[in-house]
Amino acid sequence: MMASSYNAKEEVDGHHPGSSNHGGTGPINSKKPDNTAFKQQRLPAWQPILTAGTVLPAFFVIGLIFIPIGIGLYVTSNNIKEFEIDYTGAEPNSPCYVCAQNFSWNSTTPCFCTVNFTLQQPFENNIYMYYGLSNFYQNHRRYVKSRDDKQLNGDSKALEEPSSDCEPYRKSGGAPVAPCGAIANSLFNDTLDLSYVETNGTSTPIELQKSGIAWWTDKHVKFKNPPGSNLSVAFQNTVKPVNWRRPVYELDPSNPDNNGFINEDLIVWMRTAALPTFRKLYRIIPKKSGAVSTLPSGSYSLRIAYNYPVLSFDGRKRMILSTISWMGGKNPFLGIAYITVGSICFFLGIVLLIINHKYGNRSSSAEIPN
Amino acid sequence: MGMDFSTLRTLISRYCVGEENWVDSRTVYISHKEPPPGTEAFIQQRFPDNRIVSSKYTFWNFIPKNMFEQFRRVANFYFLVIFLVQLIIDTPTSPITSGLPLFFVITVTAIKQGYEDWLRHKADNAVNKCPVHVVQDGKVTCKQSRKLRVGDVVFVTEDETFPCDLILLSSSRDDGTCFVTTASLDGESSHKTYYAVQDTKAYKTEEEVSSIHATIECEQPQSDLYKFVGRINIYMNNEPVARPLGSENLLLRGATLKNTEYIYAVAIYTGMETKMALNYQSKSQKRSAVEKSMNDYLVVYLCILISKAIINTALKYVWQADPNRDEPWHNERTEAERQRHILIRAFTDFLAFMVLFNYIIPVSMYVTVEMQKFLGSYFILWDDEMFDEELGERAVVNTSDLNEELGQVEYVFTDKTGTLTENNMEFIECCVDGHVYVPHAICNGQVMPGSDTIDMIDTSPGPDARDREELFFRAVCLCHTVQVKEEETVDGIKHGIHQGKSSSFYISSSPDEVALVEGMNRLGFTYLRQKDSHMEILNRDDKVERFEVLEVLSFDSVRRRMSVIVRCSTGEVYLFCKGADSSIFPRVISGKVDQVKARVEHNAVEGLRTLCVAYRCLSPEQYQEVCHLLSRAKLALQDRDRQLAEAYDLIEKDLILLGATAVEDRLQEKAADTIESLHKAGMKVWVLTGDKMETASATCYASKLFRRNTQILELTTKRTEEQSLHDVLFDLSRTVLRHYGGMTRETSSGLSDDYTDFGLIIDGATLTAVMRPGQEGSNSGNYKELFLDICRNCSAVLCCRMAPLQKAQIVKMIKTSKEHPITLAIGDGANDVSMIQEAHVGIGIMGKEGRQAVRNSDYAIPKFKHLKKMLLVHGHYYYIRVSELVQYFFYKNVVFIFPQFLYQFFCGFSQQPLYDTAYLTLYNISFTSLPILLYSLIEQHINADILKKDPSLYKDIAKNSLLKWSSFIYWTALGIYDAIVMFFGAYFLFDNTTFTSNGQMFGNWTFGTLVFTVLVFTVTFKLALDTHYWTWINHFVIWGSLLFFVVFSLLWGGIIWPFLNYQRMYYVFMQMLSSGPAWLSIILLITTCLLPDVVKKVICRALWPTTTERIQTKRRCLASEPSTIFMLSQTSSRMSF
Repeated sequence: MMASSYNAKEEVDGHHPGSSNHGGTGPINSKKPDNTAFKQQRLPAWQPILTAGTVLPAFFVIGLIFIPIGIGLYVTSNNIKEFEIDYTGAEPNSPCYVCAQNFSWNSTTPCFCTVNFTLQQPFENNIYMYYGLSNFYQNHRRYVKSRDDKQLNGDSKALEEPSSDCEPYRKSGGAPVAPCGAIANSLFNDTLDLSYVETNGTSTPIELQKSGIAWWTDKHVKFKNPPGSNLSVAFQNTVKPVNWRRPVYELDPSNPDNNGFINEDLIVWMRTAALPTFRKLYRIIPKKSGAVSTLPSGSYSLRIAYNYPVLSFDGRKRMILSTISWMGGKNPFLGIAYITVGSICFFLGIVLLIINHKYGNRSSSAEIPN
Repeated sequence: MGMDFSTLRTLISRYCVGEENWVDSRTVYISHKEPPPGTEAFIQQRFPDNRIVSSKYTFWNFIPKNMFEQFRRVANFYFLVIFLVQLIIDTPTSPITSGLPLFFVITVTAIKQGYEDWLRHKADNAVNKCPVHVVQDGKVTCKQSRKLRVGDVVFVTEDETFPCDLILLSSSRDDGTCFVTTASLDGESSHKTYYAVQDTKAYKTEEEVSSIHATIECEQPQSDLYKFVGRINIYMNNEPVARPLGSENLLLRGATLKNTEYIYAVAIYTGMETKMALNYQSKSQKRSAVEKSMNDYLVVYLCILISKAIINTALKYVWQADPNRDEPWHNERTEAERQRHILIRAFTDFLAFMVLFNYIIPVSMYVTVEMQKFLGSYFILWDDEMFDEELGERAVVNTSDLNEELGQVEYVFTDKTGTLTENNMEFIECCVDGHVYVPHAICNGQVMPGSDTIDMIDTSPGPDARDREELFFRAVCLCHTVQVKEEETVDGIKHGIHQGKSSSFYISSSPDEVALVEGMNRLGFTYLRQKDSHMEILNRDDKVERFEVLEVLSFDSVRRRMSVIVRCSTGEVYLFCKGADSSIFPRVISGKVDQVKARVEHNAVEGLRTLCVAYRCLSPEQYQEVCHLLSRAKLALQDRDRQLAEAYDLIEKDLILLGATAVEDRLQEKAADTIESLHKAGMKVWVLTGDKMETASATCYASKLFRRNTQILELTTKRTEEQSLHDVLFDLSRTVLRHYGGMTRETSSGLSDDYTDFGLIIDGATLTAVMRPGQEGSNSGNYKELFLDICRNCSAVLCCRMAPLQKAQIVKMIKTSKEHPITLAIGDGANDVSMIQEAHVGIGIMGKEGRQAVRNSDYAIPKFKHLKKMLLVHGHYYYIRVSELVQYFFYKNVVFIFPQFLYQFFCGFSQQPLYDTAYLTLYNISFTSLPILLYSLIEQHINADILKKDPSLYKDIAKNSLLKWSSFIYWTALGIYDAIVMFFGAYFLFDNTTFTSNGQMFGNWTFGTLVFTVLVFTVTFKLALDTHYWTWINHFVIWGSLLFFVVFSLLWGGIIWPFLNYQRMYYVFMQMLSSGPAWLSIILLITTCLLPDVVKKVICRALWPTTTERIQTKRRCLASEPSTIFMLSQTSSRMSF
C-alpha cells in the first residue's frame, strides 16, 4: 500500500501531502530494530589510544623493572660454579684415545680410562653431575618417534607387541625388544666415577646419588614396570635392545627398585633433548653435613667405563659439575637479555619523551582551536 | 521475501531481445480435451508436475553432493590434499592436525547448509501439499498443489495465492477482469488489473467452464515476469477462433487475488517452470577488493610455503650427505626405507615439509571471514538510524560479501527520480497553448470555476481557446493507466470521506500520473473510474462524460510516451498522447509549439518534471487502419515487442500539440547533506537520469551536487551541433587541465570554499557518440580516454537523457578505466537495475516504483540519506575490521610456523615438529580464533558520530590502504621478527644448561611448549594493543581465551590420556611453570615481541599522524584534559591583548 497509494482528495482537506497515509502502524513496529546497546553498536567501552604520552611511563617502568632483574640474574648466574671436561678421546694425547679408537660393540669387557682434573675453587651445596653430548640429534624426527609409551607404562600387551613406531628396533630375532625403539637402544651407558685425589696420592671415591635425577612424575606415573613381582619373569619373553650389555631388569644391580622401565638413567635418557648439543643429569653429589664444602678444591680423577661411541658421528662427550641456584644452572643469557631489553625500553622512553615534547604539544594545540 | 531473483537472466534476455525471445512453443489443452480432428496436429508435450523444489539436496545425496560442493572451493581442496598426503606418507604431524580443523570447517558449513535446506524442504512441502481447487468433469474437486498439471482448470477465490502460472478464463466480475497484487513477486503492492480472454469471460460456473473447448499455444517459460506471448484457439462449433494472449492475461504463481470473488483459470506453467521458480536463481557473483587482496596474499604465502619446503628438502640432502649424519648407529632406518629410491624419498620429504608448514595458510581464515561477514551484516539490519519511520522499513542486506567494499567507494552513481528526489509528485501547473494554469486548491480546498483560481499569463482565452483548454484537461484525464481504488474498509477516517461518498484514491505504478490526474481534479475535471471499458469524467459542470477506451498504447522507457484512443459520446475518435518533450515535439505538426516549448524549458530550469500532451483526431478509416496495425502486431507470436513498437510509431504521428504539464518532485530529506558528505569523503558523485538536462541540473543545484562556484562544462547535443565532438572534447580537456596544472593537490581537499571545481553535464546522445567504438580507428579510443580524463577532474557529473543500459555502460566504463575505481550505484527503479548489477556495490532504494531495484541490489536502504551512514560508518568499520582480520590472520600464522621452520636447522632437517599435535591443531581453532572474530565484529577505532561528522576520515582508508603491499610486508616482517625472537629466546635459554632448581633437564617438548606459550600470549596481546574499543565482551574473550589455553595445557599434560599412544606432553607444562627462569623468559620474550610494534605505532602517530589518528588524539585531549584547553584559551586570550 505504501508503494503508490495516494489519496486524491486528501490535500483538499488541508492535509499536508508529506504526511499522507502510509501503511498501518503494524509493519513499523515489527520491522523496527531493537534499540539495544549491542545492536546499535553503542556498548559502553574503554577506548585506549597508544600515544607517546601514555606509553612513555610504561617504557620507563619496564626499563626500571627489567634492569634490576637483569642485574640480579646476571650476578646469580656468575656466582654459579661450573666445571666441564671433555673426555671424548678424539685427540691422541687424551687419556681416552685408546678406548675411543678401539671401540667395538662386541667386546665383553669395558674399556676404562681415567681423566684427572683440578678444581680451583671449592663447590658448595648440592652438586649436579651431568654428562653432555654434542652433535647427537636426539631431536631427529625418526629418533623422537621411536618409542612406545604404552610399553614404558607397563602395558603387557605393548610389551609383547611393541608399537610399529619402534622400527627397526622393535623386534630382535622374533622376540619383542624391551624397551623398544631407537631412543632406548641408544641409552647412554658410560659409567662415570669420581674420586678425590689427595696430595699424598690416595684417592677417595665420592659418593654419587642415583635417585632424584628424573622428573618425579615420570618416575612414578609415566614409567611403570610390567606387572609381576619378579622383574626377570615379567620380562622373560623379551630381549634386550641390541646395543645394550645388560637386560633392562638388571640396569642397576645395586638398587633393585631402580630396575626395569623405572630406572632413572633410562627415564632421563628417554626425555629427548631439544637441541643436538645437550646435557643430561647423571648423578647428584649431595651436600655434606657441617661446614665442609661438598667438593673442596684440589685434584680429582674421573674414571670412565668407555662404552658409548660418538666419534662415528663427530660427537663429543663431556662431564659437567655444576652448582645450582634458584634459576638453574649457569646461563648468563637471561640476565644480559633483561638488561638489554630494559635499557632499550629506557632509551626509547627518553626518545618518546623528546618526541612527545616536540610534536605532541604541537599537534594537539593545532587541533584544539578547531 | 525469502527468494532471490535472478536478474542476470533478465539482463541477458534484454540483450538478446529479437533473437532469443521466441524459444519454442508449447500447446496446452484446456481440461485435457483433445482438439477436434482436422485442426493442426500438435505434438503433446510432457510437462512437469506442480512440485516446487527449492531444496538443493535430498536425504540421500546430501553428504556426497554437499562434500563435492565444498571441496570445489580451492582452500578446502588444498586442506583435503594436505590431509590425504598426511594419511599416505610418513608425516611429521598426525593427520588429525589438519583433519580436525578441516572436519570442523566442513561440518559447520554442512550443518548450516543442511539446516537451510531442511527449512527449504519444509517450505516446499507446505507449498506442495496445500489444497488447490480444480474443475474436473464439471465439478470442483480439491487436490494437492503438487498434483496440479498443465491444462487443469483451477478455481481460485479471493485472497488466495495462485498455485502456478495461469491464463485467466473468467472471473466473478462482469467485465472479466480481476485484481491481483504481486507484492510477493516484485514488491509492488498496488492492485493490478488482469483480463480474461474475451471469448471465455462469460463462462462463470464450473459446468460452463468445463465445457470450454480450446487450446493455448504459448512460448516456453522464460524468467521475465513481465513478458508473455501466446495465443488461444477456441473451438466453437468446430470453428477455431484465435485470440492473442499477453502478460495481461497471465496470472503468476505467488501473486494473490484481490477484490475479486473468484476466478477460473487454466494452468500453463507448473512447478519449476513457473516464472517465480525461474527467478529463484543465484545472486550476483561480486567479489570485494579485500577478497582480491586476500587471494593475492594467499598466493604469496603459497610461494613462501613451497620455497620453504624446497629449501629445507635441499638442505636436508646436503646435510645428510655424510652417512654418519644420515644414519648414525643410534638412529637407523628400517630396511623398507633404505630400499626406497632417492627421488621418491626426496619427494616424500618435500611433501612432509609441506605438511609441516602448511599451517602458514590459515585454514580457519575463510571460515572466520565468512562468519564475520555474515554476522557483521546484522549490524546494518539492526541499525536504528537506518530505519525509516515513514515507510516502516529498515535496511536490507542481500549479500554480506561486500560489507567492506562499502568503505572503499570512489564513484557514486545515483539515479535522480526517487533516489535524490522523493518521487512524491505534486502537480504544479499546466500550460495550454501558452496559457498557464496554476491550481490554488490548497488555499481553501474548493475548486472554484472561472479564472479566479487560475493564474493566466495571457489575457482570457477566447471561446476557441476554451475548447482547446477543455480538450487538454480531458486528454490528461484520459491518457493514463491510473486506477481508482474504492476504499470500503472501515478506516474511513484515515482516508477521509468526501461528501457522503465512500472515499477513493488513485493508484498507479507511476506517481506522475497520479499527480496529473489529481491536479486535473483541482482544475475541475475529475476522473471517476473505468467501467465496462468506458472512462468516466466529471467535468466542471458536474456532469459525467463517458469515453469508450478503444486502445491503450502503454508507456515504455524507449518511446518515453503513451497514448490512448478513445471514442467520445459524440462518436469522434481521438488519440491522446502524453510524453517527454523530446519524444512529442518531433511528432507534432501543428499547435503553439514555440510558446509551449518556452514554458517547458522554463519549468525544467525550475527543476520541474514536464510532460507534453498532444492529440490527433482519427477518421473512421484511420481508426480502422490503426486497429488493423495493432491487432496484427498483437497476434504475432514472434517479435511481438518489435512489431508493436513499429505499429506505435506509425500510429503516434501527425499530432497536434495541446500543452504541457509540470509536476514537482521534491528533493529527499537530507539529500543535499548526504551528497555534500560524500563529496567531502572524496567520492565523486554522478547523477544518471532519464530526465531532461534542465530539470536534472536544477535538481543537482538543489542537492548541492553543483555549487554556485562550480564551473559547468557542457557536453550536450546542443553544443556538438555547433562544434564537432572532437573540438568540444579537446576544448573541455584544455580548460580542465589548464586549471589543474596550476593547482597543488592540497587545495583539492575541499577545505577552502573559494576553490572552483568542475561539473560536467553530458547527455545520452553525446555519450553514445563518445563511446562509439572504432569508427575512425585510433581516434575513437582517444575520445573515450579524453572523456575519462575530463570526468576524473570533475567533482560532479550529470548524465541526463540516459537509457537504462547506458547507465550500466557508464558504470562499466568507469569501472574498467585504468585506476579501476570502486563504484557504487544507487537507484530505486527498474531502470536502475542494470547499473546496480554492473557496479561493484549496488544499492536499492525502497521507492515507489516497485521492488525490482531492491531485489537486484546488494543492499537496500529506505532513503537516500541512509547512504551516508551506510558508507561513512558501516563501510568504514567493516573495512577496518576485515583488513585487520586478514592481516592478523596471516601474521599469526607466520609467527606460528616460522619457529618450526627455524627448528629444522637444529634437528637435522628431519621435519620434527616443534609443537605438540594438540597445539598444532587447536592454535587456529580455539586458542587464537575468538578474539579476532570478536574484534572484527565490534571494533570501532573512532566513534560513529565522529565518522559521520567528519566525512574526510573516509579518505584515510581509500584505495584499500590498509591492505597495501607495504602494510602486508610490515605485518609479515613483524611476524618473522616475533618468530625469531621467540625461537632464539628459547634456544639460548635452553642452550646447554638447566633452568630448574633441582638440576633436572627439560626436553624438546618443553622447548616447544615454551615457544608456544610465548606465541599464544604475544599474538593475543598484539590484538589487544590493536583494539580501540574494549567492551566487556572483548575483555571476556581475550582474557578468556588466554585462560582457556592455560587450563587446556594443564589438563592436557595433567593426566595420562588412555586414548593417546604417546604421552610426550605429560607434565611438561606444569614442569615448565615450576621453573622461575621460564616465567622470566616468557615475560621477557613477550615484551620483546611487542616492543617494535608499539614503538612504530607511537612514533608514527606522533610524527606522521593520519587524520584518523589526529581525531583520536584530539578527542582524547578534549575528554581527559579539559584543563589544558582552559590554559590554552587563557594563553591565547592573553596573547590577543
